[in-house]
Amino acid sequence: MTLTKRIIPCIDVDLDEDGNAAVYTGVNFEDLEYTGDPVEMAKKYNEAGADEFVFLDITASAEGRETMLDTVSAVADEVFIPLTVGGGIRTKEDIKETLRAGADKVSINSGAIAEPSLVNDGARAFGSQCIVISVDARRRFDEQGEHYVEVDGESCWFECTVKGGREGTDLDVVEWANEVESRGAGELFVNSIDADGTKDGYDIPLTKAVCDSVSTPVIASSGCGGPEDMYEVFTDAGADAGLAASIFHFDEFGIGEVKRYLDEKGVPVRL
Amino acid sequence: MSVQTTADIVLVDYGLGNLRSATRGLERAGASVTISDDPERFHAADGVVLPGVGAFAEGMENAASIRDGLVAYAEEGRPLFGICLGMQMLLTSSEEADKEGQGDVEGLDLIPGRNRRFAEGQKIPHMGWNELSVERDHPVTAGIDGEYAYFVHSYYADPDDERAVVAETDYGIDFPAIVANEAGNVFGTQFHPEKSGETGLRILRNFVDYCVE
Repeated sequence: MTLTKRIIPCIDVDLDEDGNAAVYTGVNFEDLEYTGDPVEMAKKYNEAGADEFVFLDITASAEGRETMLDTVSAVADEVFIPLTVGGGIRTKEDIKETLRAGADKVSINSGAIAEPSLVNDGARAFGSQCIVISVDARRRFDEQGEHYVEVDGESCWFECTVKGGREGTDLDVVEWANEVESRGAGELFVNSIDADGTKDGYDIPLTKAVCDSVSTPVIASSGCGGPEDMYEVFTDAGADAGLAASIFHFDEFGIGEVKRYLDEKGVPVRL
Repeated sequence: MSVQTTADIVLVDYGLGNLRSATRGLERAGASVTISDDPERFHAADGVVLPGVGAFAEGMENAASIRDGLVAYAEEGRPLFGICLGMQMLLTSSEEADKEGQGDVEGLDLIPGRNRRFAEGQKIPHMGWNELSVERDHPVTAGIDGEYAYFVHSYYADPDDERAVVAETDYGIDFPAIVANEAGNVFGTQFHPEKSGETGLRILRNFVDYCVE
């Protein structure tokens, strides 16, 4: 046997009306639906065989950050698998307090684009293994990119966006992936603005372009509609981990069911 | 799975590592945990855990003041359990220097051997769940052969004596997942038992049982 592919449920944490942590899942691109209590959800997924968790603070507020850290501590005290925490991490102090709360890794997105030296500082102080760089990629079909791939007969490149895809940066994702790797990132978390919420499958050309250009592990995210999408992103794109939210939150597929499917197809998973 | 044993376990604080998870994992396994950097306190404990994430050179530098205390404790035949970087620190040296071109960095030398970097051609770090293959008996290995554990590392232990290899894992090469000294009281896991779900908790319970024996 060898290293297994990881199946990671993503848990988006927001504040409910009473200011408590709650999990919300996007439906049809924008509407957020309440799907549960984060600690209960983490326990349930742990029992179902999740290999790791990603918690994202989607509140974008100071109260949200504090609630998020309490939630991370509550989960870390109950569930003994790795936790990655992202959302709003901009300084070395943010990294420190998130790790201290019980996270094993932090996922940094726009904070690293705004201040790339945060990657070096974080890796030096806490180790590369806990610095995950997250990108929100968007396909662009113009001439301004660095690394082009063929998609449906057209040449395209992938741009890093910020603010959930609402703002472009002109930064090439493949270029950025190489840069953050050389700065000390230990893992890359690749989201696709184009695939997000579609359930039509991961953005394979995007994931493959990143996997082919770096030697750090890659978590594929956005677009998963079922076990066959996981299979495709592992075998065709070379991803090390597949992340999904709604298929698990709305009980469309169980984690065990996804893993058994992959196992039958010869993909190494932890059963 | 009832937990009846109580062991007084000291978790060594040398400024690195996610002590919270290791503390909760050990508590779940039935230990009462004290976080300390005082070598006097090690001697009073039933067992000592050396945790660790991060870089080898920095780890050894931070641990300089407790080095002699740890070595003296281990040489009394008392249980010393190193986790991840803490396991690598049990060996004689590591290729992992602060800067390229620097020589090897010295470890605690409780298990003769050297930590080496994985060769090119593999994704580094080796990150994720991988299978344990138990090679020889040791009190911590009960019930874990063929189970999966969570690893995150770029270097691996290469003990001089192959009998120091208690369990192996395959990542392009077979590398030691668990090592132990000849007496068995000094041992370590390359993986994180506190992050390895039920299998990890099983190892921590085995450790707690061993400490109170």
